[in-house]
Amino acid sequence: MANVLELRKINKIYGEKIKTQVLFDVDLGFEESSFNSIIGASGSGKSTLMNIMGTLDKPTSGDVLIDGKSTKDMSANQLSAFRNETIGFIFQFHYLLPEFSVLDNILIPYEIKHGKVNQEAIKRANDLIEIVGLTKVRKNKATDISGGQQQRAAIARALINSPRIILGDEPTGNLDSETTESVYDMLKQINNEFKSTFIVITHDKRIAERADRIIEIKDGKINMDIRS
Amino acid sequence: MRLAFKIATQFLKNNKGQTILILLGITIGISVQIFIGSLIDGLQLSLVDKTIGSSSHITISPSGKENYFEDKDDVVSLIRSDERFTQVSTSLDAAGFLLYEEETYSLLTRGFNFDDANGIYKFDERIVNGRLPSGESEVALGIGLVEELGLEIGDNLDFIIPELALEKVELVGVFDLRIASLNKSWMITELSTAQNLFQRDKEISSIETQIKEVFDADLIAEELESTLDSFLKIDNWKAQNEELLSGLTGQSASSYMIQVFVLLAVLLGISSVLAISVVQKSRQLGILKAMGIKNKTASQIFLFQGLILGIIGGILGTGLGIGLTYVFSVFVTNPDGTPLVPFYLDYGFVAFSVAIAIIAAMIAAFIPARKSSKLNPIEVIRNG
Repeated sequence: MANVLELRKINKIYGEKIKTQVLFDVDLGFEESSFNSIIGASGSGKSTLMNIMGTLDKPTSGDVLIDGKSTKDMSANQLSAFRNETIGFIFQFHYLLPEFSVLDNILIPYEIKHGKVNQEAIKRANDLIEIVGLTKVRKNKATDISGGQQQRAAIARALINSPRIILGDEPTGNLDSETTESVYDMLKQINNEFKSTFIVITHDKRIAERADRIIEIKDGKINMDIRS
Repeated sequence: MRLAFKIATQFLKNNKGQTILILLGITIGISVQIFIGSLIDGLQLSLVDKTIGSSSHITISPSGKENYFEDKDDVVSLIRSDERFTQVSTSLDAAGFLLYEEETYSLLTRGFNFDDANGIYKFDERIVNGRLPSGESEVALGIGLVEELGLEIGDNLDFIIPELALEKVELVGVFDLRIASLNKSWMITELSTAQNLFQRDKEISSIETQIKEVFDADLIAEELESTLDSFLKIDNWKAQNEELLSGLTGQSASSYMIQVFVLLAVLLGISSVLAISVVQKSRQLGILKAMGIKNKTASQIFLFQGLILGIIGGILGTGLGIGLTYVFSVFVTNPDGTPLVPFYLDYGFVAFSVAIAIIAAMIAAFIPARKSSKLNPIEVIRNG
């Protein structure tokens, strides 16, 4: 199957005077509709890798290709639009906007893309809210729901623009094990239904083992790459 | 744009304390500006009105040694047809003596057409006893002289016309021009009476006028001078009141200085609170940027906040400023109950103040907006 996301010879060096290299010549490709997990000790460079994949951070050298398109020479505005349409983010700390309701939060990427919200978008948002099981609290402020619910809202938000790729940086990092299970069940279900490509960082081995492919990063290099 | 506006309003609504604080700052700033501006304007207008409200703005009289002239070119009609002039009155002024109980009192006799002269001098309002002279040989005297001599309405008085004769005049009214020297030294009468007394048939000594834009007096006088005969000279009130004018200018300058500094304080206040709010909202901005919001939109959020704050603060400030000015004019009064400074509002100035509030808020929002535009989402995401 074709690669929807491809990393070519990615190096990342932090610092000006004292240079710290975090990533060394990383080459990686992710197949469309696959569910991938990335594991590694803290400080191994996995979060940096994820930020580079999501075009939030720029590699010191190398190129990120999304859908075969190089992102190296894109302007900040082009990258913003590109990110909005093709990538959905789920972060460890949910990052919902506390000023807005659950429904409004989920609609924000749509509004960024289209400039306004129509009935169809609201219907889609409500469908997603139903899938993630937040129908009862959809009008609540983002701060007035539990941590697990916030994470589900963030997942629904990542899906609103039907992105090709969904990146999760420890999306269940601060949830209890029971909630973690149900969130992963949901991610798998969405992966099956919507055929989005999932790339998820986790430190939870049990979760990682349920993915189609496990990549371990160690000291800025790929240490292990197992496909099930 | 819509999204930026929506986020801006949500940010403002959610930080109620901060929003109220900025609004309070703008409101007080703008109200002080309107209050001070209106106060000084009102003060100046009332000063100018007190000084020249009841006197001639531009006066045309013969030049040189000549005291009288005949208006053969019909200058009066020319001025009447000019829209810049509001009042025109002709007068014949001549000196004579009142002979009373073997004493003589020097009097300036001023003959007017009262229909015209009331427009400038408001004699009709200044008569405190009796009435304005209307018939032949009828005169009115000032309250100062009348009280000093113990004259009464209906008295027939002896009036000496220098080098001519002794004439009888009848006192029919007493005026009070609120200037003691004039109340003692003027005698007013109909123009025709004055012309008969002094045997100056058809002659007048001056044409007095009032104009709409009092501060254009020098310009209009200059223009008039070039069109009129050279034997006429033209005086304007500005040339005769230079000290007052320089006082007014100084007052305006200090008023502008106060307004500028108030504005500066408001600007710094808004700017610093908004700058703090960018730091407070950096998490939200970071996530918005990760989701693909453009840098321009991110900066618009803060420009909209500035705009919204400026408009609301401007409106509230205008209300408070007008209220303050009104209260000041009602409660701060002279001993006789009239306002110390009359209530005066220049709508142009109010609109200007609101515009300034909005522009200042936008300028103040500009720095936070730039900061927001430059914020890198990775910083926020990396630092949690």
